Amino acid sequence: MPRTYLTRSAPDVGEIEHRRWMFRHPLVIRITHWVNALCLLVLLMSGLQIFNAHPALYWGKVSTFDTPLMSMASSEDDPPKGVTTILGHAFDTTGFLGSSAGADGQPADRGFPSWLTLPSEQDLTGGRSWHFFFAWAFVLNGFTYLLYGLLSGQLRFRLIPSRDQIRHFGASIQEHLTLRFPQGDEAKRYNVIQKLTYVAVILVLLPVQVLAGLAMSPAMDAAAPFLLTMFGGRQSARTVHFVVANLLVLFVVVHVALVLLSGVWNNIRGMVTGWFVIERKVEPTPSPEPTGRSA
Amino acid sequence: MIRPPNRRALLMGASATAAAAMLGGCDRLGEMGWFKRTLATGEDANKFVQRLLLTERTLTPEYAEADISPFFKPNGTEDPPDKAYKAMVRRKFAGFQLEVGGLVEKPFKISLADLRKLPVRTQITRHDCVEGWSCIGKWTGVPLSELLQRAVLKPSARYVVFHCADTMDQGEASNIDATGGAEAPVANPNPNMTKKVAGSESVKGAGDPPDGALAEDAGPPEPVRFYESIDLVDTYHPQTILAYEMNGKTLPVAHGAPLRLRLERNLGYKQAKYVMRIEVVESFTDIGEGKGGYWEDQGYAWYGGI
Ligand code: HEM
Repeated sequence: MPRTYLTRSAPDVGEIEHRRWMFRHPLVIRITHWVNALCLLVLLMSGLQIFNAHPALYWGKVSTFDTPLMSMASSEDDPPKGVTTILGHAFDTTGFLGSSAGADGQPADRGFPSWLTLPSEQDLTGGRSWHFFFAWAFVLNGFTYLLYGLLSGQLRFRLIPSRDQIRHFGASIQEHLTLRFPQGDEAKRYNVIQKLTYVAVILVLLPVQVLAGLAMSPAMDAAAPFLLTMFGGRQSARTVHFVVANLLVLFVVVHVALVLLSGVWNNIRGMVTGWFVIERKVEPTPSPEPTGRSA
Repeated sequence: MIRPPNRRALLMGASATAAAAMLGGCDRLGEMGWFKRTLATGEDANKFVQRLLLTERTLTPEYAEADISPFFKPNGTEDPPDKAYKAMVRRKFAGFQLEVGGLVEKPFKISLADLRKLPVRTQITRHDCVEGWSCIGKWTGVPLSELLQRAVLKPSARYVVFHCADTMDQGEASNIDATGGAEAPVANPNPNMTKKVAGSESVKGAGDPPDGALAEDAGPPEPVRFYESIDLVDTYHPQTILAYEMNGKTLPVAHGAPLRLRLERNLGYKQAKYVMRIEVVESFTDIGEGKGGYWEDQGYAWYGGI
């Protein structure tokens, strides 16, 4: 399609064309999005490497070694079994958690398997180097995003639900559950559930993750003792850090699934070039099933 | 009729292969010198920023008696294999003297009994291991600053190095000091086993010795004694003490008898146990492998604040 046809989020000219191009994602948002994706992947995998150095979680100030909230270990059996214990309940997780194949193919005593950790072999120092380098990249990238988003008004436009969206909250949930994605004008902005999820991730989970990471630092605990109060102790902070990492994985899984379901290439093109196609909202021929919403 | 390969299976297979290739690529990247140095800037930034946030006197939180961990996990060396050390234990460190020397005006040796006569500090603090676990313990000892004030630093002094009794790596230790005794064996050309041996210098000329290559070239690794170094900011911190008591009792062997460093605001690996000698230096590049400590030589960051 020749570029002259592209409209740049122009004021609405009515639903004439079938597909309308919209410039959806400014450069700063696109760059910070992909840098963030890379950082989260590296932080997750190097984090699991660090976790493997002592694959057990506790609550409170200190480790109560006999009573972890969760732990992974390999059993004395031959071949060893991987056993994951959560709140006192033991699960056989052989091959995945507790015991999985090492580089030589033999069962190795490790929390998460080598294909989930960075570096793949047991290497705490390597994992820490990766983790801290990418933690800085992640934080600087996040500040860039927030600063740009605040100054340009993008943050408010993209993330804060408008009044009418809040009014139609119920209907949005229904649409979401039936995997009907908004079209036409409604597709130009994020829907209300999307917005609230992004707010929760960007303004709650990610900052909590950074604070929990810092709360595990003995030096930071001296500089900012409120970190310990906030999480209820260093070991709680470590557990929160682990749980939030898992919530972020959950978010990414759903996020990617929805991208796949709502038009992979359009979404990916959107986040790479900025240009996104809006499908026409109403078919010219009246459909037997009206797409109108009920509240 | 041959069914065309399932698109989903193909995609899955392709992604799995790509993921494996990426992970392998990252592993290889992680072994390259320039990349390692790049990653290490993250840890340099940790030090830079944390030092900005902390004043020299910012204290780490102290805890109540009730918080003391019933079980405090010993880690690293728990029972030094060295015969000289074992002999000291048998004599309950009776003849032991801590040596303070290096770039100081007045080097001295001091017995445990005399150390106990110096100003005392007791603190209940949390010990954070780099592996991720924590324990709380009560430590009693002499502030390091007390010792160094007595020794009087020379102007070029930058770091304080702790030379310890425990031999790391393949523990050939027992063959090395055949005769027991508190003194380091004079006959050994490398008394603290932390100085570089002459032969290993060749590797250094070639720039950064790649980890691993060193060990292969030199045959079996030289046994080295544990050592650590800290800078003057941490040295003069009020909570930096040489502890001789833990939880109100004489420091047990598992936790570093007769003396261990407590360096609150830092991870456990910086907190040297079995301290025998304190040396003030300008630079630690010719000690051990030059990274400032036994664990640092294994790749851990010199700054252990996070
Ligand atoms: C500025 C941001 C961050 C900082 C300062 C930070 C810091 C840390 C630290 C100090 C540890 C070691 C914990 C231990 O001693 O065991 C750790 C572990 C870990 N990190 Fe992070 N982290 C950050 C961001 C993230 C993010 C965004 C993720 C997830 C995508 C993540 C995932 C993990 C995981 C899974 C572990 C291992 C589990 C645990 O020990 O809690 N981290 N992180």
